Amino acid sequence: MSRQIDDYVRRTTVGLMSRREFFGRTTALGLSTAMAGTLLATSVKAMGPNKGGVIKAGIQGGESTNSLDPALSASSVPSHNLTAFGDLLVEVSPEGEIVNRLAESVESSADARTWHFRIRKGVEFHNGKTLTPDDVLKTMERHSADDSQSGALGVMRGIESMSADGDIFSVTLSTPNADLVYLMADYHLVIQPGGGFDDPASGIGCGPYVLEFDEPGVRHGFTKFANYWDDGRGHADQIEVVVLNDNTARAAALQSGQVHYINRVDPKVAELLGRAPNINIESISGRGHYVFIMHNDTAPFDNNDLRLALKYAIDREEMVDKILRGYGSVGNDTPINAAYPLYSDDLGQRAYDPEKAKFHYEKSGHDGSPIVLKVSEAAFPGAVDASQLFQQSAERAGIPLQVERVPSDGYWSEVWNKEPFCASYWSGRPVQDQMFSTAYKSDADWNDTRFFRDDFDALLAQAKAELDLAKRKELYRQMSVILRDEGGVIVPMFNDFIDAVSTSLGGWVGDPGGGSMFDGALVKAWLL
Amino acid sequence: MTLRRIPISALIGLILTGVAIFVAAFAPFLAPYSPAETVGDVWEPASDQFWLGTDNLGRDLLSRMIYGARITIFIAAAATALSFCVGAVAGFAAAVAGGLTDQAMSRSVDLLMSIPSLIFALVVLSVLPSTVLILILVMAVLDFTRVYRLARAVAVDVNVMDYVEAARLRGERLTWIVFREILPNALSTLVAELGLRFIFMVLFLSSLSFLGLGVQPPESDWGGMVKENKDGIIFGIPAALIPAAAISVLAISVNLVADWILRRTSDLKGGRS
Amino acid sequence: MIRLAAQRIALGCLLLVAASVLIFAGTQILPGDVAQSILGRSATPESLASLREELGLNKPAVQRYLDWLLAFLGGDLGTALSNGKDIGESVAGRLGNTLFLAGWAAALSVPLAIFLGLLSVRYQDRTPDRMISGLSLASISLPEFFIGYLLIYFLAVKLQWFPSVATLNADMPLGEKLRTIALPVMVLTMVVLAHMMRMTRAAILNVMQSAYIETAELKGLTPFNVIRKHAFPNAIAPIVNVVMINLAYLVVGVVVVEVIFVYPGMGQYMVDHVSKRDVPVVQACGTIFAAVYIGLNLVADLVSIISNPRLRHPK
Repeated sequence: MSRQIDDYVRRTTVGLMSRREFFGRTTALGLSTAMAGTLLATSVKAMGPNKGGVIKAGIQGGESTNSLDPALSASSVPSHNLTAFGDLLVEVSPEGEIVNRLAESVESSADARTWHFRIRKGVEFHNGKTLTPDDVLKTMERHSADDSQSGALGVMRGIESMSADGDIFSVTLSTPNADLVYLMADYHLVIQPGGGFDDPASGIGCGPYVLEFDEPGVRHGFTKFANYWDDGRGHADQIEVVVLNDNTARAAALQSGQVHYINRVDPKVAELLGRAPNINIESISGRGHYVFIMHNDTAPFDNNDLRLALKYAIDREEMVDKILRGYGSVGNDTPINAAYPLYSDDLGQRAYDPEKAKFHYEKSGHDGSPIVLKVSEAAFPGAVDASQLFQQSAERAGIPLQVERVPSDGYWSEVWNKEPFCASYWSGRPVQDQMFSTAYKSDADWNDTRFFRDDFDALLAQAKAELDLAKRKELYRQMSVILRDEGGVIVPMFNDFIDAVSTSLGGWVGDPGGGSMFDGALVKAWLL
Repeated sequence: MTLRRIPISALIGLILTGVAIFVAAFAPFLAPYSPAETVGDVWEPASDQFWLGTDNLGRDLLSRMIYGARITIFIAAAATALSFCVGAVAGFAAAVAGGLTDQAMSRSVDLLMSIPSLIFALVVLSVLPSTVLILILVMAVLDFTRVYRLARAVAVDVNVMDYVEAARLRGERLTWIVFREILPNALSTLVAELGLRFIFMVLFLSSLSFLGLGVQPPESDWGGMVKENKDGIIFGIPAALIPAAAISVLAISVNLVADWILRRTSDLKGGRS
Repeated sequence: MIRLAAQRIALGCLLLVAASVLIFAGTQILPGDVAQSILGRSATPESLASLREELGLNKPAVQRYLDWLLAFLGGDLGTALSNGKDIGESVAGRLGNTLFLAGWAAALSVPLAIFLGLLSVRYQDRTPDRMISGLSLASISLPEFFIGYLLIYFLAVKLQWFPSVATLNADMPLGEKLRTIALPVMVLTMVVLAHMMRMTRAAILNVMQSAYIETAELKGLTPFNVIRKHAFPNAIAPIVNVVMINLAYLVVGVVVVEVIFVYPGMGQYMVDHVSKRDVPVVQACGTIFAAVYIGLNLVADLVSIISNPRLRHPK
């Protein structure tokens, strides 16, 4: 039997057998899924990456307005580009641990207020310049300036001062933060020569690939950087990001062998697509979640009974089943799930309960006028459908929900964060502190539920400085309970990231940070 | 005129169009389920329970098709009628009046055509309420320019005919010339266009309602239903193919009727065959 | 004739300016601005203010329009506000691609449509007419993406004859380019064919009753020659108008086809920039599209006049 298993492992490693088939056959032979997984991973590692060739990715999330400026990156195609030409100080591994990249080592003072990053030596930019701590400093300055346009500006708040000295880049915070190093792993913080002040969109970094052509909204191509410092990345000679925003076109490009993997497979067709012999579906649960957000300070949503009524009136199981087709898990009206460190699993799951919904709805004294939910397909894939399911389940509880479809055009500037009740999504953050500080602290930039609670803010500050993990976990638990019972966010589901990958690609390891190996598959995977 | 004189093809067209209108009119009595309610699993194949299977949310496809017929036919027909009346009359009038009037009208139409319809629709959405009436008006305004150009082109040719010249010398008024001389002679060309315009409206409707104009979920027109289920097309999911087939059948039947009218009007004129 | 054309061209230029004013006004009415859409969900009041300043959005709208108009007349399209790319360069490439695709689609569909139309008239109400009618109506009544998916599924995925991703680049040889755009050309042909074909048929049938047709038939010409030599020239005005409407569609209206086949044309380029409120790009594209409509309408009107002797020599 073990010879049989070895054979399966070998065939799966080289791509002759799909992972699904492998797991199916090995469990039939009595092996646990976990053991089979370990076997496979070891084998893949032992084989080692193949070098050479051209890898192409068909990616949704690119427009002809895209820039190569790391500060402005906000969707999958730009973020694929960043991992190709750039490198970060540190990264978060799929297991949630910090991996040193351009920082050789990271140290913090005992009170977690001052942090020192020792910068790697002998790293070269694509323009021939050598990386210095000064480049790091300048980069961080560009992202943290008050008028910065950077998507990372939020995480840079709370930095008091920064300096570069010898090989060391140092950060001093105004208040202690035990999680600072996670913030430095933000994908926008790609180190650029001179901080990118002169030409932010030049596409020059010190990453594994050099930009060859840049056609926004169409494709972006890169060739291997000969002087790249890390042998563990950049296996192919050339890589290409093909912008494929249409779901069917993306699937067809993979099926006809024009690309090696695609992202954001529609959950409805994932299984149909995975039936093809040369395609594997790779899905991984992460921290991203779909939400319906209510403004806590706007009538009628300023009434907690009405908020609770709506929370009880949504059928989470049905949504995971119909919208995600099982590729995801139910939410619990808090942005935190098991993918976060220090997660408490004893909160108790909120379920669809028309009786309770009716009870709270009547208690709220709402006048019976329709409650308008604004939604567009831009909010999240299947948002309009999910809202219709919500409308149906609310109707069964006697709550008059009215779904209004608005244009995707202008959704994020005109509807989200402006209308009192709309659909939205969060991609999640590596740690709980960051998630709460980004969206639920009173003065957060994106407090999109208008949640102003001093006791919540106090708990957050207390947790930030709490170095005892058990105590911190308890504080986070309390915060989740407050949000679940009194917050303005309805979290029906956490979505999995679903990629479809050709069997000719090796080294695929899902990353809970995001799909396509957190947009890094082009530089981390290889051709078999 | 008796039923026997109607050719088979026109009869088929009339019957199918009639069925579609009947279904649309009596939707609440015919649909087995509510079009909004989820009654089954996603994309179930056809069964005794769901004759056409279920859609992307597990709603009964047959019920949605029946209610969809209502929206599709009503809105598309209203918009086509409006666009046609305005476009044809304006086009004839411009051709007959000629000179500066013609120039002013034709260039205004050029201008209207050259505004990208996406920008037009988005501007309308941002300043006007999203109702079915507005939707019909937007569709008619964007479409009447095409009818106008065609009507004018046909009318200009007719306008220089001797009989129109004669009418003009008799001192007939503009409206008389438009309706008594130009219209009968331009009708058959326009009728052929009418059938096609109706199809374009059916397709146009779904793009506008996807922008958020007019038809709001859970209601949907046939084109919108194809869109909702479009990821299933290449996997042969019936929910994606049936609404598309329905549009095709409607398109062909409407045009079979149009062909028949086209032939009757040309017969009336020449009476040779 | 030449005077008329010159007059219309001058009028056309005025119309273009008017169109650009309307497009600019439209972009100003739309809620949101480019600074907001660049920053998206990461916008803060400080970053918004600084970006607006940097992009010159604080100037009054009239001044921004006049600045744009002056630069445009001087041949400078400016740079895209969203990613700083040179608009002239991007537009040149994209317009070239659009015309390439539209040109091949037109070269295939217009003669085919007219030929099939003539064939339909020749065999009116017989099997060939019915088949042509039915098939073309079926293809016109399916949404573009539907036809696109079907062709992709059968010709790209199953048979692998053509690529489903039609990304064109400059250094491909012509043969390669044609293979690349084969699928989008087929979709566009199927979408526009029926309209032109049916108008040809209807317009010719309309003149078939005239006395001179009878004379021609009595002269003993073959039915096909009667249609070709006598009926068709007299039916040309409506046909050319419908052809022009469809040509305009091929240039400005193929966004869906561009998205499905990842074709780097003007449509998607403009839609992306409308959603980002990148006014200079929208202005540039909008003005080009307006020129296409105005130009094609002009051609249609001139052809109608030339084809009709009574119009050519007004009394």
